[in-house]
Amino acid sequence: MYELRSVTKRYTRGKEAVHALDGIDLTIADGDRLVIQGPTGGGKSTLLQMLGGLDRPTSGEVVLDGTDLARLSEARLTKVRSENIGFVFQSFNLIPTLTAQENVETALVPLGVKAKERRERAAQALESVGLGERLGHLPGEMSGGQQQRVAIARALVRQPKVLLADEPTGNLDEGMRDEIMDVLERMWKELGLTFVMVTHDSAIARKAPRLATIRKGSITVRENAAS
Amino acid sequence: MFFTYLRRELRRRRRAALVVASGLALGIALVIVVDSVSSGMGKAQDTVLQSLYGLGTDMTVTKAASPTQDGSERPRFQFDARDDGSDEEQSSDRVMVRGFQTLSAATVTDVGGQNGVADAVGGLNLQVVKVSGQFTRGRFEQNGSGGTGRGPGGGQPSGEVKGGGAQFDVNSYSVFGTDVTKPALGPLTSSKITSGRAFTTSETDGKVAVVDSAYAKEKSLEVGSSLTVKGTAFSVIGIATADSGDPAADVYIPLEQAQTLADSADKVTTIYVKATDSQKIDSVKSAIQKNVSGTTVTTSTDLADTVSGSLSTASSLATTVGKWLSIVVLVAAFLVAGLLTSSAVSRRVREFGTLKALGWRSGRVTRQVVGEAMVNGLLGGVLGIALGLAGAYAVTAVSPTLQAQLGGGGAGGGSGGRGGFGGPGRQAASRTLDVALTAPVSPATVGLAVGLAVAGGLVAGAFGGWRASRLRPADALRRVE
Ligand SMILES: Nc1ncnc2c1ncn2[C@@H]1O[C@H](COP(=O)(O)OP(=O)(O)OP(=O)(O)O)[C@@H](O)[C@H]1O
Ligand SMILES: [Mg+2]
Repeated sequence: MYELRSVTKRYTRGKEAVHALDGIDLTIADGDRLVIQGPTGGGKSTLLQMLGGLDRPTSGEVVLDGTDLARLSEARLTKVRSENIGFVFQSFNLIPTLTAQENVETALVPLGVKAKERRERAAQALESVGLGERLGHLPGEMSGGQQQRVAIARALVRQPKVLLADEPTGNLDEGMRDEIMDVLERMWKELGLTFVMVTHDSAIARKAPRLATIRKGSITVRENAAS
Repeated sequence: MFFTYLRRELRRRRRAALVVASGLALGIALVIVVDSVSSGMGKAQDTVLQSLYGLGTDMTVTKAASPTQDGSERPRFQFDARDDGSDEEQSSDRVMVRGFQTLSAATVTDVGGQNGVADAVGGLNLQVVKVSGQFTRGRFEQNGSGGTGRGPGGGQPSGEVKGGGAQFDVNSYSVFGTDVTKPALGPLTSSKITSGRAFTTSETDGKVAVVDSAYAKEKSLEVGSSLTVKGTAFSVIGIATADSGDPAADVYIPLEQAQTLADSADKVTTIYVKATDSQKIDSVKSAIQKNVSGTTVTTSTDLADTVSGSLSTASSLATTVGKWLSIVVLVAAFLVAGLLTSSAVSRRVREFGTLKALGWRSGRVTRQVVGEAMVNGLLGGVLGIALGLAGAYAVTAVSPTLQAQLGGGGAGGGSGGRGGFGGPGRQAASRTLDVALTAPVSPATVGLAVGLAVAGGLVAGAFGGWRASRLRPADALRRVE
């Protein structure tokens, strides 16, 4: 469960200050699914960074299950990330020189999982996203949709509580977009994740049960009874 | 994961690795070549010095330079001028002590008793000038200078002078009186007996001689021939060939015989000293100089300072220009390797950011970068060593010839510039030697190269690692490329 209280994030570039987030209050319950949309530069990715402990807010609290991520040391934050949070990025962010299986294994490295178990779990995770045949393939040898599925397997292989996805379909064409959305939806349901996703896709946004819109650093949340 | 990741990176980004490695390789190869050429120079100098000293000699002791005596010791020849038309040939041998300064035989014992001296042996260096020819009275008087036989003053040791009524040959050669009881020390050790035999230790006063092969050839001498010096006939028992091609003397005879010839009973010109520990030569030198008065001690280091010619030019080139060049190239290679590694990290910002976002500790990411740099460094080391060995081998294969001039009067210091026949200066009279340059690669050099490779890897790793350690997990979301 996330509780964000008056979270602000200010970037300074020279003399100019950008308020990427300007006093965000937000609660996300466990197992909830939140879709975030908004104009470019509105602060969506910045909010996701706060949720995932990739960066600290300039002020405010980002409480995950009773722990304020804003106050944790870098080492503790690293630990929280490795144990609780899975990321899926717009441009997949796979290591280009590692195979699909090895890419998934990188998520288990900080948990100290032994090599053999690591390989098995990575293979299983790839199997669950339909890539059981592609363990030894390099990212460059796979389509965008397949790469994103490897990234999803990497995010989920350590069974996190939270899955954060920043425009996971942004780099994909329409057919693959649906395919990836299906996988994500299925995983969310199967694993009981807290799932936060940024998207530009209005079709996806329309179907979302809970939709947040971020504009100039401010958030408005709308419950969508229709879905 | 560390090794898998490392292996994958190096295999799939081979070209980047090769660029870093070859920069380092160039620097390391240069160090190997310069280092081995320098040691080749050292060896060449040793060869030069050994030709004077013999093997195993750490220093020589000679009489300290004293004020030059008058010319009374200069060679004088007495010839009876004949009447015009007489064909009678006259000849005369003058035996001179080279450098004119001698030490008493007791000094040898004295030096031998000093602390740190393993062995000391005396030797007497002689110069024999043989003048033979016809002299006719009338012309002789017209040409005064020819009369005393001074000949072409300060010129070549042998030549023919046709002056006035005198016509004569001058033949000058060097004779070394060696202590046959101690065959392990002294100048003869740098020659090999190539025919006949060496002196036996009992031949202390034998009328026997070992002749240098070059001189033997010139004078058609061989084992069994007879050689007459100032009326004494010596039988040639052996022919010696100098290792360096430049012998210390033309003829070697037992010390006592040499002393008799030169009217210098119990005198030696040079004492050859072997130290017990080659690391303590300087302290032995000062001990001798302090305790045995009136002596000058010359170590091979002192003598090396008097070496001139292309050998010393090349040698100082190798030690100065070569050293600086390799330092500059190395530093440049290190910097380039560092910058390339750092820029490689910059190109992989998102990759490392992602790993940090996945919960990799900063140290783990840094370790990965440093590991890659180390492998690049070692790769550079292997390439560099191969390149350097090839370079050193090429130098040895070509073995360019260098000339070494041993400065006149070096051993005694001081009274150079004496005129007379062949200018018999002091012991280390000016000589020119040809030495082939080699570039031997020692294990120490290879060790140094490996060390440099590791250092290069560390420098590159430090650059890259520092860059990687500063990346934030949020960089995973950076839009690069
Ligand atoms: N590291 C940074 N340094 C300075 N400014 C930044 C940084 N990251 C983001 N910003 C600024 O903060 C604001 C919000 O950026 P953010 O990436 O959160 O927007 P976004 O909603 O994700 O946009 P997009 O839809 O284009 O991804 C923008 O004005 C951006 O320029
Ligand atoms: Mg964004």
